[in-house]
Amino acid sequence: MIPELGHFALILALLVSLAVGVLTLLGAHQNRGPWIALARPGAQAMAFLVTIAYLCLTQAFVANDFSVIYVAQHSNSLLPLQYRIAGVWGGHEGSLLLWMLMLTWWALLVSGFSRNLPAPMLARVLGTLCLVAFGFLLFILLTSNPFERVLPGVAEGRDLNPMLQDPGLVIHPPLLYMGYVGFSVAYAFAIAALLSGQLDAAWARWSRPWTLAAWVLLTLGIAMGSWWAYYELGWGGWWFWDPVENASLMPWLVGTALLHSLAVTEKRGSFKNWTVLLAISAFSLSLLGTFLVRSGVLTSVHAFATDPTRGIFILAFLVTVIGLSLALFVWRAPKVGLGGRFGLFSRESLLLTNNVLLVVAAGTVLLGTLYPLLIDALALGKISVGPPYFNAVFVPIMAPLVFLMGIGPFARWKHASLPEIARLLKWALGVAGVVAVTLPFMYGSWTPLVGLGLLLATWVALTVAINFVQRVQATRGSDSFLSAALRQPRHFWGMHLAHLGVAVFVVGITMVGGYQEEKDVKMAPGDTVTVSGNTFRFLGVKQVEGPNYTAWQGQVELLRDGRLDKRLHPEKRHYRSSMMPMTEAAIDAGLLRDVYVALGEPIDRDKPEAEWAVRVYYKPFVDWIWAGCGIMALGGLVAMLDRRYRTRRRRRNPANRPAGEAP
Amino acid sequence: MMKNKFAWILVAFAALVILLAVGLNLDPREVPSPLVDKPAPAFKLPRLGAAGQAFAPEEMRGKVWMLNVWASWCVSCRQEHPLLVQLGKQQVAPIVGLNYKEVRGDGSLDSSKMPLEQEHALARERATQWLNDHGDPYTLTVLDLDGRVGIDYGVYGVPETYVIDKAGIIRFKQIGPLTPEVLEKKILPLIAELNQ
Repeated sequence: MIPELGHFALILALLVSLAVGVLTLLGAHQNRGPWIALARPGAQAMAFLVTIAYLCLTQAFVANDFSVIYVAQHSNSLLPLQYRIAGVWGGHEGSLLLWMLMLTWWALLVSGFSRNLPAPMLARVLGTLCLVAFGFLLFILLTSNPFERVLPGVAEGRDLNPMLQDPGLVIHPPLLYMGYVGFSVAYAFAIAALLSGQLDAAWARWSRPWTLAAWVLLTLGIAMGSWWAYYELGWGGWWFWDPVENASLMPWLVGTALLHSLAVTEKRGSFKNWTVLLAISAFSLSLLGTFLVRSGVLTSVHAFATDPTRGIFILAFLVTVIGLSLALFVWRAPKVGLGGRFGLFSRESLLLTNNVLLVVAAGTVLLGTLYPLLIDALALGKISVGPPYFNAVFVPIMAPLVFLMGIGPFARWKHASLPEIARLLKWALGVAGVVAVTLPFMYGSWTPLVGLGLLLATWVALTVAINFVQRVQATRGSDSFLSAALRQPRHFWGMHLAHLGVAVFVVGITMVGGYQEEKDVKMAPGDTVTVSGNTFRFLGVKQVEGPNYTAWQGQVELLRDGRLDKRLHPEKRHYRSSMMPMTEAAIDAGLLRDVYVALGEPIDRDKPEAEWAVRVYYKPFVDWIWAGCGIMALGGLVAMLDRRYRTRRRRRNPANRPAGEAP
Repeated sequence: MMKNKFAWILVAFAALVILLAVGLNLDPREVPSPLVDKPAPAFKLPRLGAAGQAFAPEEMRGKVWMLNVWASWCVSCRQEHPLLVQLGKQQVAPIVGLNYKEVRGDGSLDSSKMPLEQEHALARERATQWLNDHGDPYTLTVLDLDGRVGIDYGVYGVPETYVIDKAGIIRFKQIGPLTPEVLEKKILPLIAELNQ
């Protein structure tokens, strides 16, 4: 009964989204007040219905209703409750429903936080979102209905993929999807602006907080996924250039470009066409990512379920959404003015360079991701493009980007003086150079890549500090430094935090890339192995029971100066229902290094108490990678809360103003 | 018509769409199975419903036949089963059912402490019950309790279906449930061709 209710709610949502989408867009075009007024309640109704559907599916999981095929395939009565709830997004159909849920919630948020938007603009934004939602609902209902039944029901479910039975799964997909789907708002704003012809600073200002929100969530989602892969897959890596990872990285790169380009459009009125194109591209790449993942055109560890009819539908959807948007752009763009002029060396030109580099980076990822498909399509054979390609093309693009990041905040709008900036920053460059040349020797050896990474990281950190101090001193007056620093606008804090996050991230990838060490060894109880000064003693394994698995748990001691420092318990789990072995690595995390132990296989299957293949890793600074992402996201969050995005709403509701705050 | 300097964007997008459309018709997972065009691995397994009798692929020499891997705990097997039942009625080719890890594969049972005879009896009971409920398209069914034959055949996941020719060579392998499309376009023409 409840699954049918969910199904019915989805059908209603489909009808609502189509009706509201068409009516509001037409209404805004013909200026019909009552139709325009439909936007807000329409978006709310859609969000309500999709939420009902989502809750119904969750209920089917919680209640172990194995007559629902999707539940039978992705759950099991032994599965702990939190994974049954998270299991909703453990497969294709449920992931799409989650996608949908996020989309309608974004629309709901827009309808809630848009009191300062002109009604026709809001109608166009929400109407666009409704039409996107319509496409996805149609897709779900026609090809991927999660509520489909098999009667009579099966006695027991197949269980959730053990790889996904992890706290990381509980957080990673929702965050990532929130980010992915969040770009739909920036996209809807761009389409609304193109439709109305009002590509102005106000449009850029409305788009910015939404773009920031999506970007923050996408950053966190990608970082979560990377961290999850690091500790769950047991391979010790943090990024694999898997097509699905690439699918999330492309919108991130373009979204980052969009953030910077929106700044120019808001402040200077330039780059309007470019900004609109980036907004369309960021969302299009999110859709393309969905297509690549869900259609099965590329193999990937993530493609749980693939099906050609789904692929055809998504492709048709992609052609409709992206094709129409680009056609609208091509039609409207020539009429858009150029905006303020700027000099060859100015903040505008630096931000343009930033944009070009980020878009080229996204392009290389797209090329690398689609190249195997191209080769296959041209019948030239089957190939795969792996990390060597991406590493080779990515570093030369990202290095200048990170270098220019240090200069950008110092450059003035319209026209900046290169000698002035050079005079100011030559010391920073000098110090960064010294660090890059000397620090690696503390770790034993110097390589050009490590030198470059440390140079860039130090450079960014120093320029951030100089710019921050300079600005605070300039506006300080007679106040203390701290209170003047706290008085700085949040977008300024946000920018520097995000840039600092990049520096931290670069330290992480540089040090891990340069100095990580791994050993694959055969260990009998009592044996020790040493990597980069960390000694591990293997004491053997013992059998432990989990709720739906049994495991061999390794007893490993980490020794410091011959004395016990820490006990580590890597596991080799066997999930009962799926018969899949899973590796749970044991990690001792630290500020300057992680050590990481994973159990391989027993050397003799019949004697698990004897020797095992054990893999140990030493990963210097690896946690800086995710810490850097966290700081970037924090910067985005702080910038999003900047006062100027809220002023107008405040002015309208003076009663909401917190007591004691200066007007 | 005025030349639009942004039109290249549409051209580039069209090229991308064509690539993706072509890509959809390719199957990246269609890595030719190493077993296709190789002799079907030999085995000898007890038959279901015929106590004491065993079956070996050699007995099918001279016939084009199909081997279908299934289990009662397998949800996708139910999905393809009506197709098999229909195919069985048409008597296009003998279909041998390979019941794969009937007891051990079922997550709801803990079979690790179960004596072999008991596992065997339980597997027979469950498999028979399932075929009674859903229809029995199989010429005969064999029980692969520990899944070793499955390993020899490179079973990725249940269900899987093999088409084996008169000389005992595997000519086709379907991973996952059969679909009407695969049946119409690949399997039936292949069987007709092999029977000539």
